[in-house]
Amino acid sequence: MLRVEGLRVVLGEVFVLDGLDLEVAEGEVLVLLGPSGCGKSTLLRTIVGLERASGGHVAWSEEDLTSAPPHERDFGLVFQDHALFPHMDVASNVAFGLRVAGLPVEGREARVAEVLDLVGLDGFGERRVDTLSGGEAQRVALARSLAPGPRLLMLDEPLGSLDRALRDRLVADLGVLLRGLGQASIYVTHDHDEAFALADRIAVMGEGRIQRIGTVAEVWSDPVSTYVAQCLGHENLIELDRSGGCALGRLGDGPGTVLLRPGKLVLSHGLDGIEATVVGSSFRGGRFHLRIAVGDMEILIPAPEAVPVGSGVRLTIGSDPVIPLVT
Amino acid sequence: MTGRLARFLCVGIPVAFLGLFFIYPVVSILGFGLTGGGLEHLVGLPGSATFRGVAWFTLWQAAVSTVLTVVVALPGAHLVARRRFAGRRLVRALATVPFVLPTVVVGGAFLAVFDRLGMSDGSFRLTHTVWAVLIAHVFFNLAVVLRTVGSYWEGLDPGPEEQARVLGASPAQTFVMVTLPRLRPAVAAAASIVFLFCLTSFGVVLLLGGPGIATIETEIWRHSVWRGDFGAATALALVQLVAVLAVVGVGNGLQRRRAVGLRTVVARAPVAGRWELAANLGLLGLVMGLPVAVLVERSFLSGGGYSLDNYRALAVRVDLLPLTALEALVNSFVFALAATAMAVTVGGLASLVVVHGQRALSRVFDLGLMLPLGASAVTIGFGMLIALDQPPLDLRSSRWLVPVAHALIGVPFVMRTLVPTLRSIDRRLREAAAVLGASPGVIRRRIDFPISARALVVGAGFAFAVSLGEFGATSFLPRQPDRLTAPLALFRLLGTPGQQLRGQAMALAVVLMVITGFSVLAIETRRGSAGADL
Repeated sequence: MLRVEGLRVVLGEVFVLDGLDLEVAEGEVLVLLGPSGCGKSTLLRTIVGLERASGGHVAWSEEDLTSAPPHERDFGLVFQDHALFPHMDVASNVAFGLRVAGLPVEGREARVAEVLDLVGLDGFGERRVDTLSGGEAQRVALARSLAPGPRLLMLDEPLGSLDRALRDRLVADLGVLLRGLGQASIYVTHDHDEAFALADRIAVMGEGRIQRIGTVAEVWSDPVSTYVAQCLGHENLIELDRSGGCALGRLGDGPGTVLLRPGKLVLSHGLDGIEATVVGSSFRGGRFHLRIAVGDMEILIPAPEAVPVGSGVRLTIGSDPVIPLVT
Repeated sequence: MTGRLARFLCVGIPVAFLGLFFIYPVVSILGFGLTGGGLEHLVGLPGSATFRGVAWFTLWQAAVSTVLTVVVALPGAHLVARRRFAGRRLVRALATVPFVLPTVVVGGAFLAVFDRLGMSDGSFRLTHTVWAVLIAHVFFNLAVVLRTVGSYWEGLDPGPEEQARVLGASPAQTFVMVTLPRLRPAVAAAASIVFLFCLTSFGVVLLLGGPGIATIETEIWRHSVWRGDFGAATALALVQLVAVLAVVGVGNGLQRRRAVGLRTVVARAPVAGRWELAANLGLLGLVMGLPVAVLVERSFLSGGGYSLDNYRALAVRVDLLPLTALEALVNSFVFALAATAMAVTVGGLASLVVVHGQRALSRVFDLGLMLPLGASAVTIGFGMLIALDQPPLDLRSSRWLVPVAHALIGVPFVMRTLVPTLRSIDRRLREAAAVLGASPGVIRRRIDFPISARALVVGAGFAFAVSLGEFGATSFLPRQPDRLTAPLALFRLLGTPGQQLRGQAMALAVVLMVITGFSVLAIETRRGSAGADL
């Protein structure tokens, strides 16, 4: 089990990590979510030993690794831009970790064939690295990290450079692969859809610390803070006035930000409900999403069918519609 | 109409310059060497034990010098490429200086060092041994490796190295298995240039090797200038020409495998450890700093005490020289200005053709104008000596032949800084300007020129420094008082025994070193990342 305690890392003059705690259990896929530049990559680089911690500890179970060099940690890291060795073919890239571990040639070849098969690149061994497509290069990088059988595998936005369709497919493949291997993993991304598709648990990172950690359901239904809610892709954050009211009515006891729970505000078919105007409409994920103006605020809700922009609609609000958030 | 005229001049001026002052002399060597007396000597060469000895020595001293240079330079290259420390830029700039120091100055500096350490005779004698030549070659060429490999290394994505570490490779394993193979194109490029320089090294061998050591280069000089035996000299010059072409060919082949995944990553470079820094800078300081320091110390030493006497003596004529050292310096300065103007004109126009000309023309220019860098200075000087001596091209009587020879050597320096900068100008800038209504001429004036002006200044600085210190080619041109340059004067002062002359020589060497060193240093510290590597 990976244990990170009170980790602090300074790059230049800035504390990129500032007292970060994190645990990853064996066999667990933890997704680390956060906007670009929040220190996700630095965390991975520190866990793996490429960045020096100025405080705190990195340990595997009881073994303190804080000052161990990278090659003695037995962790794997898949880089965003693959970092394939340009002077070696695919098989030599994948065999690298086995070679430096001193595995004899026959053992290496068998293992290389095995992991290449695992990532769906059977027969790619003799290909030159610069003839690979983006998706293939990514899978070679993954195979290379998997080959030595690391006790923890980290993936740093591994699909960041690929197009959407390929990404969705690879995320699904990756989830199946990691679970099938029972491979303890940390997967870094800034894309919440990717995070939901993969995670056993999600950790949302900000200001050099973990802001919220839990299962997908726990974190989604109670993000606790506006920052985490935004990272997860919640769209309807509502500012309440001093008496806890807004254009939808009184939703709280005082001022603050609340999250409108998904599904609690719907189009009403009758003539009663709150008056509103459709100001925008888009289609994604098989559904229409309407941007609706209510008083001085705008809300996004899904709708089963298109509604012309400019038309008036009425909204019904369910019970217990909001969760309070801290800013 | 003006466009066609401009294009004609762009192509015509470099072609005329190169053709008249380089191609024609080289062809003359060929003609002379393959007919009559030259041919006789050429046929006799393989059977001559003396020649075989000289050729073998030329090759192995170049090979050993190259290996030594690479080995000494790699730790330093790692330091400037992958570590951050205060004064990093200064170290880079200082490391470039030896490369442009006049060969005669370097020779003088090492003579002074050996003298100071008591190694000019006795059982630990270094003066006039092959060791002296090897050490001086390392000193000279360290900068080539440091810069070529250093900046390539700096641009390499550190991802694969980090990945290797994560996969369990130790730092040493990572260096051997990942870094070294990735550096191969740069190391090969640097090594082939260093090998070429050592193969054609002239002043250093003459001064430090002494009478007992001969390379093909010094033999050509001895035969032609001392004995007036042009037949033997041309035969040797032909051999040298073929050897140089072969090395250039192999070097180009090695360089064809170019950079993969270049990305600048300086900001991430870790701070250098104290011991790492001390060890590296100590080594560089010893190799590069010691000769310079001793040279300066010796220049102030006269008659048992320190004074400015040696510098004052520069204004006084000695019997050995037709002019005072100061007058020779003035000659050099005037020649250097003229040579720089010519090199910038020819090199600038040729660079435009290389970058914007038609494909075939561009390749011919790229290769053709680089040739003088490869061809030895001796080939250039000797070629001019035998080619330009009869009407209508009797230029030997003109003192301006000296800056012409210097400019020929300076052109590649101008092009090597200018071409990459012109190439790096984003095509979209030019397209945007064109869409906004700029004609090709306006684009050149408003886009290309302002962006590449700095590179042009850098190239000009190199051309100036090279001209100021040029010795090989100049030493072939007829000797007359009005064309005695400072390096020639220095060579004669150093070659003649006598305490007073030696002191004056040291002072003259320091003056030359300061002028060339600072003209490059000033440019280096200012140019940032612009420009190419030599």
